[in-house]
Amino acid sequence: MKIRVKVNGRWYESDVEPRTLLAYWLREDLKLTGTHIGCDTTSCGACTVLLDGKAVKSCTVLAVQANGREVMTVEGLERNGQLHPLQSAFWECHALQCGYCTPGMLMASYALLQENPNPTEEEIREGLSGNICRCTGYMNIVKAVQTAARKMSGESQEALEEVAANGASAD
Amino acid sequence: MALRQTELRPMGKPVGRKEDPRLIRGKGRYVDDVMLPNMLYLCLVRSPYAHARIRRIDTSAALAAPGVKLVLTGEDLAQMNIDWMPTLAGDRQMVLARDKVLFQYQEVAAVVAETRAQAEDAAQLIEVDYEPLPVVVDPFKALEPDAPIVREDREQKSNHIWHWEAGDREETDALFREAPIVVKQQVRFPRVHPSPLEPCGCVADYDSARSKLTFYVTSQAPHVHRTVLAMVTGFPEHQIQVISPDVGGGFGNKVPVYPGYVCAIAASLKLGVPVKWIETRTENITSTHFARDFHMTAEIAAREDGKVLALRVKTIADHGAFDAAANPTKFPAGLFSIVTGSYDFKAAHVEVDGVFTNKPPGGVAYRCSFRVTEASYLIERTMDILARRLNMDPAELRLRNFIRKEQFPYRSPTGWVYDSGDYEKTLKLALERIGYEELRKEQAEKRARGELMGIGISTFTEIVGAGPAHTFDIVGIKMFDSAQIRVHPTGKVIARLGVRHQGQGHETTFAQIIAEELGLSVDDVLIEEGDTDTAPYGLGTYASRSTPTAGGAAALCARRIREKARKIASHLLEVSEDDVVWDGTAFSVKGLPGRSVTMKDVAFAAYTNVPEGIEPGLEATYYYNPPNLTFPNGAYIAVVDIDKGTGAVKVRRFLAVDDCGNVINPMIVEGQVHGGVTEGFAIAFMQDIPYDADGNCLAPNWMDYLVPTALDTPRWETDRTVTPSPHHPIGAKGVGESPNVGSPAAFVNAVVDALAPLGVEHIDMPIYPWKVWRILREHGVTE
Amino acid sequence: MFPNAFEYEAPTSLDDAIRLIREHGYDAKVLAGGQSLLPMMKLRIAAPAVLIDINGIDELKGWREVDGTLRIGAMTRHAELEHARELADSFPLLSRTARWIADPLIRNRGTIGGSLAHADPGADWGAAMLAAGARIEARGPEGSRLIPVDEFFVDTFATSLNEDELVVAVHIDKPTGPVAARYMKLERKAGDFAIAALGVQVELDSNGRVAKAGIGMCACGPIPLRATKAEAALIGQPLTDETIKTVSRLVPEDADPTDDLRGSAEYKRDLLRVFASRALHEIAEELKGKVGGQ
Repeated sequence: MKIRVKVNGRWYESDVEPRTLLAYWLREDLKLTGTHIGCDTTSCGACTVLLDGKAVKSCTVLAVQANGREVMTVEGLERNGQLHPLQSAFWECHALQCGYCTPGMLMASYALLQENPNPTEEEIREGLSGNICRCTGYMNIVKAVQTAARKMSGESQEALEEVAANGASAD
Repeated sequence: MALRQTELRPMGKPVGRKEDPRLIRGKGRYVDDVMLPNMLYLCLVRSPYAHARIRRIDTSAALAAPGVKLVLTGEDLAQMNIDWMPTLAGDRQMVLARDKVLFQYQEVAAVVAETRAQAEDAAQLIEVDYEPLPVVVDPFKALEPDAPIVREDREQKSNHIWHWEAGDREETDALFREAPIVVKQQVRFPRVHPSPLEPCGCVADYDSARSKLTFYVTSQAPHVHRTVLAMVTGFPEHQIQVISPDVGGGFGNKVPVYPGYVCAIAASLKLGVPVKWIETRTENITSTHFARDFHMTAEIAAREDGKVLALRVKTIADHGAFDAAANPTKFPAGLFSIVTGSYDFKAAHVEVDGVFTNKPPGGVAYRCSFRVTEASYLIERTMDILARRLNMDPAELRLRNFIRKEQFPYRSPTGWVYDSGDYEKTLKLALERIGYEELRKEQAEKRARGELMGIGISTFTEIVGAGPAHTFDIVGIKMFDSAQIRVHPTGKVIARLGVRHQGQGHETTFAQIIAEELGLSVDDVLIEEGDTDTAPYGLGTYASRSTPTAGGAAALCARRIREKARKIASHLLEVSEDDVVWDGTAFSVKGLPGRSVTMKDVAFAAYTNVPEGIEPGLEATYYYNPPNLTFPNGAYIAVVDIDKGTGAVKVRRFLAVDDCGNVINPMIVEGQVHGGVTEGFAIAFMQDIPYDADGNCLAPNWMDYLVPTALDTPRWETDRTVTPSPHHPIGAKGVGESPNVGSPAAFVNAVVDALAPLGVEHIDMPIYPWKVWRILREHGVTE
Repeated sequence: MFPNAFEYEAPTSLDDAIRLIREHGYDAKVLAGGQSLLPMMKLRIAAPAVLIDINGIDELKGWREVDGTLRIGAMTRHAELEHARELADSFPLLSRTARWIADPLIRNRGTIGGSLAHADPGADWGAAMLAAGARIEARGPEGSRLIPVDEFFVDTFATSLNEDELVVAVHIDKPTGPVAARYMKLERKAGDFAIAALGVQVELDSNGRVAKAGIGMCACGPIPLRATKAEAALIGQPLTDETIKTVSRLVPEDADPTDDLRGSAEYKRDLLRVFASRALHEIAEELKGKVGGQ
């Protein structure tokens, strides 16, 4: 079946079997391997992407269901060579270890901050409760989302650029 | 907050991680990201029965299915002479079952097809005719004389695998006979699973034209994997390249070699194209190796003032269908004899019996140094029971029994020589930081009102860094580790190590060690691990051994470079070598600090201006055989509140004070503690893999094998004391596993403490709400 | 981990959807949010030959209030109901229940109609709809009918829908008096199905006595169950401590839980009692001062 999907701002056309899961289409047809697969019961969220702006588990959506729609993956976070504030905050706050959950965590965090730009710790934990991390114990992920929220809501552009340029910036 | 990577003298600083830029962009390269031309996909057919005779396997329908290129059964592997593979414990395991299956989900056949979906479709078409056999899942029943025999392939027709003991039985028994106080408790450490977020998988790529097998695999120990694969397949070891690319967590799960790997290799050898096998989460939990499953009984003999005298431990270890526990060869029960913990016992005697059952094999060191978690949990739990019996505060009991700091190096009654520690200081810091006295006051007030609040302490000692090579080996390979450092003309360094990180941050911490030793910045040093063609041989990353072994190798290798650099510097500075001093960032002339050359100057000279008699170039290799293990330790305190209505436990606070010796990167150490305590929390409250009487796995996926989310996980508090390891080149001890080893007892002790007014002495993990509720209702406590 | 091969249909009108359902009968499965069906297909517990995706049917989306009744389209996502502030006052159970369903990512896809039609006794909407006194609107070739929620669930994973019928909406009457509700749930971990859960909705009359009461139980029987005895005991009573105590004890009497990994039947019954007591106390507190003042 022919589908046409806008992924990270670009339209892709593809002929897929209806049973193809969106996660596998992104990974294997588009080679966007940042979207990971960690379970078979829609439990872990490593495959989280945005579908028309909403965070979904792409292992539990068919690729054909994305036809005519817009998908954003972790590869779409960086713009013009600049890391997204969430990416740099994850780096600065040591919010990742093995990195396997990180793309899903970033996308779920992105969606959370779109809906709630200034979340409390409890709201962050609730917002990320569909994503499993086995390494970090979530402490630094929460800290990174709070840090990114601050960066996105008020800090000077200069500071943001500094972070984007150096990632792990002096603090 | 992370620091830049450009500073000199980075040791001990929170340097931002070098691995992060690719990982936060989704540009990591994990095994499933390896996509090669003409690659096929392998799917395993697994047994629905826990114990059954295989009468017949019909593969014809599968072979005729669309896209199918190959079907493998045990018979096919036998023809290739790869139907059995060695386990890490020296047993052997069927790659694909022949004759009979020994556990549910055991591998029975493999299907290789053009797409993953086709492989799964065809796998469903394989017909296996099973004759179900009696099943034994309980290790105690497995030891009864009329129990079904799991392993008919072994000479010994019983389910008993081995008996192992440590310590002095007679002295221990004598102390028990005299002791006024004896406590005894049976404790189970449930069967749990490391369940890293990335399941296991591989791509086998056999190139017949080059006679080369490239094997991409989720491996914590790529060099050992290459050796084992060479042994299993008969393929020459130097023509096998094992590449462990980015690994999405391991926690011990990715140490063993699994049947899926061997099948993928067999298929690639037969078909001459790359074959990928990626397990599902269900396959991960039900067939790749579990951890723990120890049934332990501990007894402590003590004086009335609380001084402990002797410890006696008897354990039944359920190993499943194969003896595949990841343990050094001489230690079938791992380092379980560390069970005397942080306390100065006069004597101890420890016995462990390994048992076969119709369950998946395993016994990996899940974020744990070979059965240390079981040992630590047991002693910390039993010490609390002793405190209760003596009506003594559990902190006080511990303080009275600690090995004192002047006793180090301390020889334990089971023969370990503890390197260093200051247990009293660490516990006192923890008590002060958590506000122990105030908490006890609060608890007393709450108890008066009928509320249930508990405080739990665990003051554990780990034993990591295996190991001295004379004592420790895995399948015969001595447990050293290695580093190779190459300094390029511009002073930029590439260093390769024999270990393989899976999130621990080696690309950063080992760069910090080398940069510190060579007067460079972390940016100047590239760390590479996981490619057996380029890295020096090593035993891998598990059991908190990377820093104690490869970290030591990195430091000593860098010092070897520095010694050569000193010779070149003396040539550049035109003074004798004796007049050259190293100040941490440069070589200078003694007494003339202005006259100096940096390592970068020396590196350039090593290729452009080498003095006579000196070999050009600047590189070194170091195989480090540690003189002893290291003994990280800590004091953990948990505070819990119990909901009388539902039995739910809320962890209100948890403080981890760790002493892991000198710290390379405090940011990473803290992250390791957060992660390890979270896994300990999950084990204490959520995780078990139960089997029904027929051997059916009742928690085969993440719907029922529970992994905590951000919402379930408490906030963690951390602190540190530092007692350097006297024998380690940089005084470090390793930390990755301490929080998982030390925390379960703190959680359980806290819950039992909350229920102590009801006379409760012990609750087995996992502490599900219904267990607490049942105790409450039995004692008439209700909402 | 991959569904079986199937034929995919994506009708854009309800009529087309019903025609397809009729045409394919038991060979077909309707794909709503897919958060239960797709995992079952991936594990090959479900293997439909035809998948009818109703995500493209606009008629099934959103909600509106007509003549004192709220009609929620079957394809309304859990997350939409969770965040629908405008429904919170009159239909408090919607948001209070939605936030307990699975996790935020699943709530972005899962739908109220899909969940009800799937009829998992551990799903949260069943108990909540019992408490809210909902009716399920089913559409078939012969047109629409309203099924009271009490008659909707037949057995585990089985409803009273005809083979050619589709859930198109949920109807809930707007309360006329002061109303408050609670959804209480205990999970083994965040996002898990309930060990036991309870939906409670109470509407008071002008004297502050209970005019209407709905109590639905989740994961405590083969289908979502109504605590009929407890409801009857509430009617006409003020929400005093004594009433609450009596009523809470009656709740488990209509439950039919089983022993499983989540806990014993006895445990689940007691949870229902505890939840009923807590929910009614909170409701009483919330409704204090709302009587007569309106």
